[in-house]
Amino acid sequence: MKPIIKVRNIKTVFGKNTVHDSLNLEIHKGEIYGLLGPSGCGKTTLLREMVLLQKYDAGFIDILGYNFSNITQEQSQHLRREWGVLFQSGALFSSLSVGQNIALGLVEYSDLSKKMIDEIVAFKINLVGLEVSDADLFPSQISGGMKKKAALARALALDPKLLFLDEPTSGLDPISAREFDSLILKLRDLLGLTIVMVSHDLRSIYDTLDRIAIIDKKQIIYEGSLDKIKDEKSEFIQTFFKANI
Amino acid sequence: MNKSGLEIQKKSTTLSLDFFGDFTLYQISRYEIEIESTLSHKYAFIEINLNHVTLLDTAAALYLHSFVKKLDNKHISHTIIADKKETLDTIKLIQKYHGEVLKNSKEKNSCIYKLGSYVYEHILGFLAFISFLGKLFSIKLYTIKNISQIRFKEIFFEINESAIKAIPIIALTSFLIGLVVAFQSAHQLKLYGANIFIVDMLGLSILRELAPVITAIVIAGRSGSAFTAQIGAMKITQELDAMRTMGFDPYLFLVLPRIIALMITMPILIFLADIMGILGGMIVANIDLGISTDMFLSRFLEVIHIKNFYVGIFKGPFFAFLIASIGIYRGLIVKDDTQSIGFNTTKSVVESIFAVIVCDALFSIAFTNLGI
Repeated sequence: MKPIIKVRNIKTVFGKNTVHDSLNLEIHKGEIYGLLGPSGCGKTTLLREMVLLQKYDAGFIDILGYNFSNITQEQSQHLRREWGVLFQSGALFSSLSVGQNIALGLVEYSDLSKKMIDEIVAFKINLVGLEVSDADLFPSQISGGMKKKAALARALALDPKLLFLDEPTSGLDPISAREFDSLILKLRDLLGLTIVMVSHDLRSIYDTLDRIAIIDKKQIIYEGSLDKIKDEKSEFIQTFFKANI
Repeated sequence: MNKSGLEIQKKSTTLSLDFFGDFTLYQISRYEIEIESTLSHKYAFIEINLNHVTLLDTAAALYLHSFVKKLDNKHISHTIIADKKETLDTIKLIQKYHGEVLKNSKEKNSCIYKLGSYVYEHILGFLAFISFLGKLFSIKLYTIKNISQIRFKEIFFEINESAIKAIPIIALTSFLIGLVVAFQSAHQLKLYGANIFIVDMLGLSILRELAPVITAIVIAGRSGSAFTAQIGAMKITQELDAMRTMGFDPYLFLVLPRIIALMITMPILIFLADIMGILGGMIVANIDLGISTDMFLSRFLEVIHIKNFYVGIFKGPFFAFLIASIGIYRGLIVKDDTQSIGFNTTKSVVESIFAVIVCDALFSIAFTNLGI
């Protein structure tokens, strides 16, 4: 299978602190791929580099055939419509209602009529398991779980091929977290998404991920399925996966 | 990208729509216009062919869904031809999750309703401010009893932040005000040969009114807004909640030090503004009216009673209290969104300047009636 995300020899340096050093990974179409590692290992940094929020210092990232090292402004604008990003705290625009948040991309990037946009918004709201009546609420009026669902609906508004999730289940109660996991699995099957997520939630890692990459000591120390992970000798993997099972 | 388009074939009573290429939300509007224009003619049967579609996204499927529904309403029979699994899946997905668009639930309210809710909100806001003052008062009583609880470190920090760092701007502003007032009146006074009266005029107006009000306005713009923004941001990031859970009363740690710091320093700043304002006036008197510094000062001692100076200084703590308490109150009522900070900061500056001017007017009336 041809990878749709290629990360090659990435190096990231913050001041004197090297976060990644020749880090490599590949993500294939249709899979749910997880990034895991001890805190401060640069998972979120890597995710931010993949969505063009941050620059790396060496190597290259290639997504859907666009190489970030020589991408033009126009290409990156085009690429940004091909993915959806869900931030850890939702990052809904607090001055807009939930419905307006979801509609924003459609209003800006398409020439659809208002009626059509309203219908798409209602569909996406149903899809992520919110009530259509929630569309009129503002981010400050809804719970954390609803915020994540609304942010997911916003990320899905333009029917992206790729979805990036930064700790999607953090801050949710176990029931909402499991609901969110099954929602992600359902969406992958229904919409044929490729999903990349950073997660620390072991249940969610086992339930949703197809493949996992573990970042430690500036590099990927393990990449592959979860079956063989317990045989790995790394200290982090041993403590994380042993202690939790 | 695949070339995409729509082929329309018309056969007497049958219309066939053959989509090819990508059919996504960027194509919908174009197709919609084409289809609508052909539908003016009455057809008995419409055939929608999706076999040549390479990619059907959910927005396009949703469009087809509502299009078919519209045909049903008009009793036009139709069929969708689609072989590809992906296309069929997307259509099924839409049938399962499509939602009815709710009518805008916000009713249009009458003028009286709006006026009522406006007044009601303002009354609630006023009551909340009164409750803030009550809480402030009880904290003050508490700290008078437990003097060791006063946060001297924070008070001195605030004195540095909101007063000492404001000295240059207050000095410059009041110097220019003194200059301008003297300059404007010099010409008029010269006409009547009443040059020396510039001393009376400057002394009274600057000491009693201009210096306190100008200082208060600068402080309101500088510190009042800073208080609102700082405390508002702390509220949004839940720092205030964190302080409360750790047993640090925000009133004791944030509110009181700021109010006390401003109340202590405001009279000193007004004194500085007095000096700079008179200095500005003296320079103009010297150059424009030929009144020497010695003459100016001896006349000043002769005609300007010390009570005028005290009146100006006396207003300081009151203005300081108004500015600090409005700024902090506005910070505390910031809601959980970023726009609220901007809104409340603007409100805090406008309201504190307004309050200062109202307070000044009340003092003027009171002092005049008391013969001070």
